[in-house]
Amino acid sequence: MTILTKMGATKKSDVLVSVHDAKLHYQVGGAFAAMRGKSTVVKAVDGVTFDIRRGESVGLLGESGCGKTSMGRLLLKLEDITGGSIHFDGEELSKVHRKGLKKFRSKAQLIFQNPFDAINPRFTIRQTLSEPLENADIPRSEREDLIIKALELVKLPEPAQFLDRYPHQLSGGQLQRVVMARALILQPEFVVADEPVSMLDVSVRAGVLNVFRDVRDRLGLTAIYISHDLALVRYVCERTIVMYLGRIMEDGPTEDIVREPLHPYTKALVAAVPVPNPDQSHDPLPIGRGAPDPRNPPSGCVFRDRCPSAHARCAAEVPQPRPVGSRLVACHLF
Amino acid sequence: MTEPLLSVRDLRVSYQVGRNFVHAVDGASFDIPRGSITGLVGESGCGKTTVARALTRVIADNATISGGQILFDGKDLAKIPEKEMNALRWRDIAFIPQSAMNSLDPVYTVEYQLGEVLRRRGGMDRKQARARSEELFDMVGIDRGRLTDYPHQFSGGMRQRVAIALALALDPKLIIADEPVTALDVIVQRQILDQLKELQTRLGLSVILVTHDISVVAYICDRTVVMYAGKVAESGTMQQTLTAPSHPYSMGLRNAFPDLQGAASGILTPIEGAPPNLANPPAGCRFRPRCPFALDLCGSEPPVIDVAPGHPVLCHRASESENLRIEAAKTETWMARA
Repeated sequence: MTILTKMGATKKSDVLVSVHDAKLHYQVGGAFAAMRGKSTVVKAVDGVTFDIRRGESVGLLGESGCGKTSMGRLLLKLEDITGGSIHFDGEELSKVHRKGLKKFRSKAQLIFQNPFDAINPRFTIRQTLSEPLENADIPRSEREDLIIKALELVKLPEPAQFLDRYPHQLSGGQLQRVVMARALILQPEFVVADEPVSMLDVSVRAGVLNVFRDVRDRLGLTAIYISHDLALVRYVCERTIVMYLGRIMEDGPTEDIVREPLHPYTKALVAAVPVPNPDQSHDPLPIGRGAPDPRNPPSGCVFRDRCPSAHARCAAEVPQPRPVGSRLVACHLF
Repeated sequence: MTEPLLSVRDLRVSYQVGRNFVHAVDGASFDIPRGSITGLVGESGCGKTTVARALTRVIADNATISGGQILFDGKDLAKIPEKEMNALRWRDIAFIPQSAMNSLDPVYTVEYQLGEVLRRRGGMDRKQARARSEELFDMVGIDRGRLTDYPHQFSGGMRQRVAIALALALDPKLIIADEPVTALDVIVQRQILDQLKELQTRLGLSVILVTHDISVVAYICDRTVVMYAGKVAESGTMQQTLTAPSHPYSMGLRNAFPDLQGAASGILTPIEGAPPNLANPPAGCRFRPRCPFALDLCGSEPPVIDVAPGHPVLCHRASESENLRIEAAKTETWMARA
């Protein structure tokens, strides 16, 4: 590659976020555990590599403890990376500080899981939405206008009536729209949504998801949607990354994964999703009982102790993601 | 048809909040047949947990059962003295509270907590209690050696199994489980539901499963009771309520639910608005403000109409439900309202 094309590639690259061999390790157990030689390292994210193209919506799917939330936090530089690198728009996140960080924060935003916790109960909706504008040094005179526009964007009817209300005066669905408006008010390029509807009632979830899809398309956002629910991920993301104990198991188009999961873990996950339909399979799941233990993962493939197809090689060697058709699968069967 | 195990008639439960009364359950009627799993479905605040708790009469201090009957084995649980009620708990009716995490005491071993029920409620001695505890752990598929562990040493799914073991301790006829799988991951959720179903069939239990998730109902339940704003919107077999929902609320709920088996292009349709504040419910049908099919007559109290044998629906327009279902399947129907 010549220097010229290389420069061109970084300037107008398709890729917005590039994650290479990212690791996030936590030290667990306190001073006493350390004295007895019992402190351990939990590898929440352990060697994860993927790219996100501009305008792409990617679902991070997995059970609790799989590292999906930790991965989301790394992408927003809310945690310091233990190893590997993450590039955002060509810049390495671990080297971004001060002014650069402030700029990054306005470009990359988080939509929180629980709207009841994510908003200060003593702030009115106007105050809640003014705060990011203040931080971005937007003059006072322009703020009200931007706030109304953000609330219109998330489809809160007659936004002006909400400005002086407090969070407890809003329903869960309305509040989650305010959380979304706050994340979008500075017009970010990239949003990470962490289970944004899990705290909401079923009848209002669909409304919030529809707003999310609509806003994403209208603003051309690049989005990460973190969830344990494949049915929801399928509704908002064209691509899904399946994680298990800090590693990627499978990465590919959501529809392909739903129709024909390849990795044994994804197979079990897809089979386990309940459907609101009386006719459904009641076959036992193709997975062993037990729960993943992040403190003490098995050698080789982290899924092998629950895998129905595990063989000798799985214990000896960590499977690397390999291309299989349209996707990447980390399994020795492929 | 045999007598139902439990028959709830016009049950009313109200909470006193300051000087006001909130009628969390306002005239609920349904039957629980023997040897079945019934899903009690609804959104938060619809009164499903209050109903479940009222059945065991373990309700909040500011709550009272203000009317109706709870007929269980020929007794009216709403009226019998507390002493008699207390004798029924665990032995005849067991309750699995929401989130097994909080229902186990963190400072005692699981064996101690099982033993407490077995000895104090079941009159067993230490040795019998030990044997029964082991038997119960075998039943729910946990290694016997873990009886002496503390709750924090178990994973979420295992704690839920322990809670099921606890509920089964004295061979009750009815188990009421409040959102038993809500906090669990899908794979564990599925395994727990399979276990519950297997035990229910083997032991011939009746189970009331309180949940907000209609896919859980579709997977495991025989019957459904759909609640909305303190009232039973409709009840019937699981097939009836899911394939032929006859209350507009149940129809809307079905549209709002993502279905992994369905078409990829499927659009989810929310029910606009939010459930009413029960301190000040709307007059007439409580779903009226959100209902795309509401007419003027819906301002008056809706009747209960049987759309099929054993499928009562609380709606003025229940007799038209077949046509309404066709309309309800269209997204525009629900958008026009917004």
